Amino acid sequence: MKGNEAMAEAAIRAGCKAFFGYPITPQTELSAYMAKYMEKSGGVFLQAESEVAAINMVYGASASGQRAMTSSSSPGISLKAEGISYLAGSDLPAVIINVQRGGPGLGSIQPAQQDYWQATHAMGHGDFHILVFAPASVQEMVDLIIEAFDTSDEYRMPAMILADGLLGQMMEPVSFPDEVKIDKVDKSGWACSGHKMQREHHIVNSLYIEAEKCEEVVRKRFERYAIVEEKVHKAEVYMCDDADIVLTAYGASARVAKSAVNQARKLGIKAGLCRPITLWPFPKKELNEAVKNASDVLCVEMSMGQMVDDVRLAINCSKPVHFFGRCGGVIPSPKEVLEEIKKLAGGKQ
Amino acid sequence: MTKGILIAGFGGQGALFVGKILAYCGLIEGKELSWLPSYGPEMRGGTANCSVWISDEPVGSPQVLEPDYLIAMNYPSYAKFINKVSPDGMVFADSSLVEEKSDRQDIKQFLIPAGDIVVEKQLGNAINMVLLGKLLAETKLFSLETVQKAMEKCLPPKKAKFIVSNMNAIKVGMES
Amino acid sequence: MAVVFEKPHGLCDVPMHFCPGCSHGIVHRLVAEVLDDMNIEGDTIAVTPVGCACMSYDYFNCDVVCAAHGRAPAVATGVKRTNPDKYVFAYQGDGDLAAIGTAETVHVGTRGENIVIIFINNTIYGMTGGQMAPTSIPGQVTQTTPYGRDPKTAGYPIRVCEMMSTLDGTALVQRVAVDTVPHINEAKKAIRKAFENQKEKRGLSIIEILSVCPTNWGMTPLESIKRLQDEMIPYYPLGVFKDVTKEGEEK
Repeated sequence: MKGNEAMAEAAIRAGCKAFFGYPITPQTELSAYMAKYMEKSGGVFLQAESEVAAINMVYGASASGQRAMTSSSSPGISLKAEGISYLAGSDLPAVIINVQRGGPGLGSIQPAQQDYWQATHAMGHGDFHILVFAPASVQEMVDLIIEAFDTSDEYRMPAMILADGLLGQMMEPVSFPDEVKIDKVDKSGWACSGHKMQREHHIVNSLYIEAEKCEEVVRKRFERYAIVEEKVHKAEVYMCDDADIVLTAYGASARVAKSAVNQARKLGIKAGLCRPITLWPFPKKELNEAVKNASDVLCVEMSMGQMVDDVRLAINCSKPVHFFGRCGGVIPSPKEVLEEIKKLAGGKQ
Repeated sequence: MTKGILIAGFGGQGALFVGKILAYCGLIEGKELSWLPSYGPEMRGGTANCSVWISDEPVGSPQVLEPDYLIAMNYPSYAKFINKVSPDGMVFADSSLVEEKSDRQDIKQFLIPAGDIVVEKQLGNAINMVLLGKLLAETKLFSLETVQKAMEKCLPPKKAKFIVSNMNAIKVGMES
Repeated sequence: MAVVFEKPHGLCDVPMHFCPGCSHGIVHRLVAEVLDDMNIEGDTIAVTPVGCACMSYDYFNCDVVCAAHGRAPAVATGVKRTNPDKYVFAYQGDGDLAAIGTAETVHVGTRGENIVIIFINNTIYGMTGGQMAPTSIPGQVTQTTPYGRDPKTAGYPIRVCEMMSTLDGTALVQRVAVDTVPHINEAKKAIRKAFENQKEKRGLSIIEILSVCPTNWGMTPLESIKRLQDEMIPYYPLGVFKDVTKEGEEK
């Protein structure tokens, strides 16, 4: 199964009841899969007139208490930024998939990781966060979609799956959990689905005319974010115990980095990999633990260097953090990364 | 065992399908695997290729940059990738299309007249299957039985009639 | 003593922020009366816009989802598709519906989305303080057309009903006004028909309501009603532009 299709199937199994999309390479298979199977599973599929409309349809479906999702690729995600800010400002859950491609502008349609800053730091106007999950395999795409719906519901905030064209297009063996427990969270306290004359009317809203009220709401939301930061963080730590050089990379570039680490180990270089699985919250604890015995950190990305900022912040610049990246849709090769590792190792000898 | 296979050709020649068959063979035999198509501009009217890893270890980068096995279904693909094939690797290509054969001595080249064979044996346009057959014969990567199962998985019921013809073409390729 | 007049249940018992003479209050009331008459308040979700009506969430007694500027039809689509047995209406002004949200408006029409749109056309941006709207009439002076709207540079107004009636998915496209009691009664009938259409799953019903904005027009309420009658109705003729329930009769 292709990554894009696996994410769609996982969403259906996770109880997603509405999918609104707009065609864009390289995520189109996801919409196509939804078109084929969503209605059969009792959900709603609609190809919207624009990315802007699609995210607002998600907003409407989510406001009525349903699990809703949209997917796109980089340029389309920029268009959705407005709606994502409104989702965050109205405390609505939703899952948004970004199958990243090269940028800026129309960029290229090949895999890239140039939307890290946008996803983790600036997904729209206003002070807010969204959950950001970064799968590195088709199986993890499935697992994280389910987790994203659950976490998004639990904390009433949008969640993004930050994938890329490589993961979306590739096929790998994948297994789906037999039974996904859904609707764990009771939404009857806020959802707008008609009050049946039995309760006060619900309002889903992000507007607060009074500045003080607006601040109060934002502060409350940030209290919730603090809990999220404490509870939701995840990373894969690979061969870091004795590593002199710890690589950090997420998603597709982490696969390349892992290949390079394996090759380095064969050459007797003690390399390891810390792969953030959640990008927001950033797995600071795991990273600090992973680099404890290292002399150097090497961040590998398919960008000009975005996550590397968070790596430096997370470890408080306690180790030199180096960077290697390719961008615009070019995937780094394990060989290139290995050369960087060798340079760092050589410098020590 | 870890093998990286690159299958390249013009769009419509079935390069991606060959890759899919190999990936499913890996799945059936419980191997780790990945299948990655090129979907860039080349997909739109130019060459299409796909990377397949079959391994006993988890697959790292899914790109096959230095293939152990290369199937080249047209000359541009052959010319583009022949120098990327890893030492001791194998190349499978249609001899009637290879305008200039590489003189690399560290790899094995199996150039068979696949285009002529499909005409002669009335195999439609199953050049991809003939080359796959040759690869299977020389590498012993998967048994015919596994390939048969993979073929059944990869073809939807409405295309089931191609299972037999594809398997025939593979057998012809094995004997070429 | 018999009660001869009371606030409809569909409206919350709170003071409204609308300016003196504004038509929003009347239209809010008409919508609320229809919800009462049809006894559907408990099964209705309102989608409110950005603009002067953005605070309607405090006024409509049904559940309310507040949309971003121009996106109410898309948000309403999301609510309606996942709650097909509920009533969903979007309440929008001219800037919201016919400028920043034109795409959303056209596409709920062409999809025949089974919702109601209440469209307030007062030819001006109210909330932001009186700028040119897509429906401002040629020659109309606004903050951003200080010498009068010149179609050569500012383009022509959009006649929304005329445009929407060309779309196959619309069920009812009607322009009404709230300047006189007979017109107000007619407006209510149109709104009622729109919700009946939704009940019968007929597709999109859009009711354009010619309204006044004395504050931003710089007029007294009475003068503004006169402007509506003298300038707006000639440019935006009242009437039914499309009614699928009548189409059979004509043939």
